[in-house]
Amino acid sequence: MKRPINEMKVVFPSLSENERFARITVSGFLSFIDPKVDELADIKTAVSEAVTNCIVHGYPDKVGQIELCVKVFEDNTVRIKISDKGCGIEDIDRAMQPLFTTKPEEDRAGLGFAVMESFMDKIKVKSKLGKGTAVTLEKAVAVRTRV
Amino acid sequence: MGVEIAARGQTVCAKLVGDIDHHSAREMRCVIDVAVRENDAKELILDFSGVTFMDSSGIGLVMGRYKVMCEREGRLTIARLPGYIRKVMKVAGINRLARIVEDYELPKEQEQEVMKVETTN
Repeated sequence: MKRPINEMKVVFPSLSENERFARITVSGFLSFIDPKVDELADIKTAVSEAVTNCIVHGYPDKVGQIELCVKVFEDNTVRIKISDKGCGIEDIDRAMQPLFTTKPEEDRAGLGFAVMESFMDKIKVKSKLGKGTAVTLEKAVAVRTRV
Repeated sequence: MGVEIAARGQTVCAKLVGDIDHHSAREMRCVIDVAVRENDAKELILDFSGVTFMDSSGIGLVMGRYKVMCEREGRLTIARLPGYIRKVMKVAGINRLARIVEDYELPKEQEQEVMKVETTN
């Protein structure tokens, strides 16, 4: 794909209060392409799911770093990469199955990936045990006339 | 942000306010479960009209309260869902667990007990 027309990167510790920070940051950054309210709600929800996964599963017993990169391309495609250097996922296919969760006792619904899949156009998950996980989300945002 | 509890006899209404994510859901569910226990609730109404954002942590919260009410042989009702939250609920098929209503009315009582609990987020 062509080079992005705008991009940003932010790194923050895996504290649960940063779930809110992450989705609000993405929402603020994307304001220059003026997404529709429902498009922005979809993106914020997907970001919240991915960041929560890093906090709950990537770093279950410690605080680690989460990296959030957002790129916007000429055609208004938004690509968001959320990565951690945590424990990694043993079986990605199983982790992505709706309702599968390793933490039912904490009221986790096991729907994080299902929400990301249904709210975004594309999702790619890369993971290595003991090395970390990277989730890349993509969504084409409707082009609106820019003033 | 947080939960506003209103109790009428064995009906407990919890109005959720603000963003529901993994961070805020923890405190919300504690507040709700305490109110359910203290009022020996047979019906729990979750009012979503004040919710500004929700991810799957909100679904986990609903599923968890469904279990709690099942154990008490009670009923769970979900009310006043904003449009975008309806979409998140749909991913989970929550309508199979709880009654979803547009609106509700609490039985009137002379003394109105409202407890406000603020959560940090």
